[in-house]
Amino acid sequence: MNIDSIKNGIVLDHLTPGKGMEVYRLLGLDHLDCHIAIIKNAPSRKMGKKDIIKIADDIVLDTEVLGYICPGATVNIIKDGKNVEKKKMSLPEKLVNVVTCHNPRCITTTEQELPQIFALTDHDRAEYRCIYCETLAKN
Amino acid sequence: MRSVIDIKELSVSEIDELVSVAKDIIANPEKYAHKCDGKKLATLFFEPSTRTRLSFEAAMYELGGNVLSMASAASSSASKGESVADTAQVISCYADIIAMRHPKEGAPMVAAMNASIPVINAGDGGHNHPTQTLADLLTISREKGRFDNLTVGFCGDLKFGRTVHSLISAMERYEGVKFVLVSPDELTVPDYVKRELDKKGVPYVETSDLMSVMPELDILYMTRVQQERFFNEEDYLRLKDSYILTPEKLESAKSDMIVMHPLPRVNEISVAVDRDPRACYFKQVLNGKYMRMALILKLLGL
Ligand SMILES: [Zn+2]
Repeated sequence: MNIDSIKNGIVLDHLTPGKGMEVYRLLGLDHLDCHIAIIKNAPSRKMGKKDIIKIADDIVLDTEVLGYICPGATVNIIKDGKNVEKKKMSLPEKLVNVVTCHNPRCITTTEQELPQIFALTDHDRAEYRCIYCETLAKN
Repeated sequence: MRSVIDIKELSVSEIDELVSVAKDIIANPEKYAHKCDGKKLATLFFEPSTRTRLSFEAAMYELGGNVLSMASAASSSASKGESVADTAQVISCYADIIAMRHPKEGAPMVAAMNASIPVINAGDGGHNHPTQTLADLLTISREKGRFDNLTVGFCGDLKFGRTVHSLISAMERYEGVKFVLVSPDELTVPDYVKRELDKKGVPYVETSDLMSVMPELDILYMTRVQQERFFNEEDYLRLKDSYILTPEKLESAKSDMIVMHPLPRVNEISVAVDRDPRACYFKQVLNGKYMRMALILKLLGL
């Protein structure tokens, strides 16, 4: 399959296969009006399969959200057809207003103006817990 | 300015410091009788817990301080919809330190994030209750003379028992501590607690048979097995007797083992055990007051 390479913009590479649409949605890419390609299940030497998103615009990405959904992702910044910057994502230490606590006894259920904050508590298991009640984030 | 919301926020050396201050208070109460002159503790209890509130208030009075107490949650502005954050800011204008109990998990943390004075978590739902753990620790220190090289048994509801999880996370930091976790299969310690123990290489065993491990224990920490935790009454009735402590069951225990319980008890320790010198649960209550005194002094920088 052939997809145009972009001249200026961002390529989100090595996305966990199947997670492309979730990244698209959670990064708010559906609100952009530039040219965007989502490629699902592209062959990958390293991962077997991977998703890729190409964005033909220079936008500010929420790398915490991206690192949370696909900790193995790489972000490539393309300028004049050249890859000028390559950043590897990792699990962020903190997630603010990305996931919602589902514990009915949590203070965030009665005080909805509180920010939903989750902290990384187990790196190997990619576990996040609500900072208020320590309930595990549901994937 | 610092708050205490979770026992894990206190380092081993801070716990040692609190324990030694508490012991000094016990030995020389007159030295501390005016330490908090002119200071005010606000007890904000959004759910009733008379014994914990009285313990905090007695602690402050014995330090020479005063207490501002909310009459009841129902008559407070919380029932008029004021947020915890706003309440914390308002009370910061009146008092020097807050002890807060709240039915919602995390509420004292929200208060601490917004108050300009220290906040002590006096229990947030089924989540944290650090001053209970401090009471437990002072009891262990006074009765056993050490925190290391102890075999600590927990018996009863280890799934929902927050006092159990907190004491495990406080005790796992000491050398030579081993845990014996005694519970019915329905109420075992959650996996994340066991993973922490595995990660730190702390030895533990799980069993449903209290009698088989009794002779090993230096400490037996009993908790309540509540009927509502079981799916059916049959299971509850079948199991509850195995987790009730009686003088007969204590016969095989070490002569210097101590029996602890966070109280209130229902029937999990028979009243006949109270006369046994190994019973320490009423000492825990008294120790709780001393540790609250030590904590108030520390957080007020006195
Ligand atoms: Zn929560």
